[in-house]
Amino acid sequence: MSSLRSAPGDRILRWSIIVVALVLSVGPVLYGILLSVRPFSAVLSRPLDLFPAFGELDFSAWTSALLPTSEGGFGLGQFVINSALLAVGSVALSLVVSIFGAYAAARLRYKGREVTNGIILAVYLFPGIVLAVPLFVMLSRIGLTGNLIGLLIVYAALTVPVALYMMRNYFLALPESVEEAAVIDGCSLPRMLVSVVLPIALPGVAATAIYVFMIAWNEYLFALLFLVQAPSLWTAPLGIAKLADFNVPVTVLLAGSFLVTIPVVVAFYLSQRFLVAGLTAGAEK
Amino acid sequence: MSSPARFSLPPRLTRRGRENLNGYLLSGPSLLAVVVVVVLPFLAVVVFAFAEIRLIDIPRLSLSNIDWTLDNFARAMQSGAFWGALWTTVSYATFTTIGSIGAGLAVALAMRRPFRGRGIARAALLVPYVLPVIAAATIWRTMLNTQYGVVNVFGVEVLGWERPIGFLSTTTMDIAGAPIPVALSTVIAFEIWKTAPLAFLFITARLQSIPGDIEEAAKIDGANSRQILGRIIMPQLRAVVLLVILLRFIWSFQSFADIYLLTRGGGGTEMMAIKVYTELITRADIGSAAAYGVLMSAILTVLLIAYVALSRRKEES
Repeated sequence: MSSLRSAPGDRILRWSIIVVALVLSVGPVLYGILLSVRPFSAVLSRPLDLFPAFGELDFSAWTSALLPTSEGGFGLGQFVINSALLAVGSVALSLVVSIFGAYAAARLRYKGREVTNGIILAVYLFPGIVLAVPLFVMLSRIGLTGNLIGLLIVYAALTVPVALYMMRNYFLALPESVEEAAVIDGCSLPRMLVSVVLPIALPGVAATAIYVFMIAWNEYLFALLFLVQAPSLWTAPLGIAKLADFNVPVTVLLAGSFLVTIPVVVAFYLSQRFLVAGLTAGAEK
Repeated sequence: MSSPARFSLPPRLTRRGRENLNGYLLSGPSLLAVVVVVVLPFLAVVVFAFAEIRLIDIPRLSLSNIDWTLDNFARAMQSGAFWGALWTTVSYATFTTIGSIGAGLAVALAMRRPFRGRGIARAALLVPYVLPVIAAATIWRTMLNTQYGVVNVFGVEVLGWERPIGFLSTTTMDIAGAPIPVALSTVIAFEIWKTAPLAFLFITARLQSIPGDIEEAAKIDGANSRQILGRIIMPQLRAVVLLVILLRFIWSFQSFADIYLLTRGGGGTEMMAIKVYTELITRADIGSAAAYGVLMSAILTVLLIAYVALSRRKEES
């Protein structure tokens, strides 16, 4: 075995990289969580006492972040609902549109396929901020700013390319023989898609749904542009950023941030295996 | 697929024709979404860039009453703000890319050999990437706060700094005689922290697909770990590293939320994307915002073409 061991210098280097990386990744998040369960006054007076004394534990930041303003809170509950509506709607719309395109890109050899794939990839890389200007003008013109529907359409359409790309990767990994057998048995294309392809591709579709959900749930720029005038429609990221401008105690901001984080983290780690496979599929050649 | 089905179908469509039709029907909705929300708006932004339009003009806007002009471009090119923003954006994207891919690569290589708890360690390393940007920015703003942030309190009380450092608002500070762009460096560090896990993910995925027997054979032939890394592992990683470099540069070049949420564009962090936003919202000048956007896309396109040309040439040699 000794020939398989690396030199001691290498091992020290390797382990220091791993430890430093872990501390840097997790440390700031733990710091935030610990602050969010301390009273704001204690954070101000003893900022270096990172670990709250047991008697000091205080979850009021979490409750007051969530409660509506009428009950003395900061109204984050409503923002979370807005974000959830938008994100779920975007996932549904985006997937319904892109799932067919993904199948076509993976399996059908139709004329113009390369061009279609090229356009969709180019869009994936195109700066969102540049589109923000005309989209803002167009949506204002037809009266869809200050409205969740306008934002929903934008999110769904802007996530179509990435959803299509991911699902195409999952479809490519499926054995084509099952579909061929179904076609030979006289199955029509729509029927085959629904009853043969989708059930096998379901984990991949679910992972794509989670990825699109994360994009819509975290999005900030378009929410800021379209909704800033309508506080009751603010999404959670926009709401927290706005509260930060109003000198809200940092413990509340942190509590709010983690409330927004929990759904994403749970979804991500539940689907991690498939998600990572879909995201990095192009890298494995 | 030699299909016996061919003869049982209506004769009007050949198999080729049927496949074309299905292709158009299935990819039609995706293409439509892209055309309506990306292609048409892009054409519109080009039109706006050559027009004198402000936010108050929106209700009366139509193609027939546009005042065509080159002023938006002329003003941008003549202003120091444009060149400043361009320079800031390029340095931000460059340093972020180097740091993010460098860190991702180092950690991926360090974690290449299995050890107990590697799965959990990997999951923990992804935390900054999975964290919503609003949460990440809130945590960093808290850490770096001048009054109670742990970094500044630690610096003043333990390291003996004279006064807290405004990490997110200080444009430059002399450190050992050299002017350091503090806020810009901070947003770069934030972006590296937030995006290195993605590079780590991509590189790890590639590492796992390298067959173990090549390495085994090299070891039997007496190669040491440096040689294995340099001659066997790194060449295999070349393509994926180039891919993540390209993606990270493009994404960082257009980054808005990550910077805006930390600094609101202050402290010398006004990048191109933030400039587009402030021209549009703060200055209410659609034409100028559009011109900045068009210039930004043009620069990105030129950089992309240069990159592709360079990497092609390298591959050939």
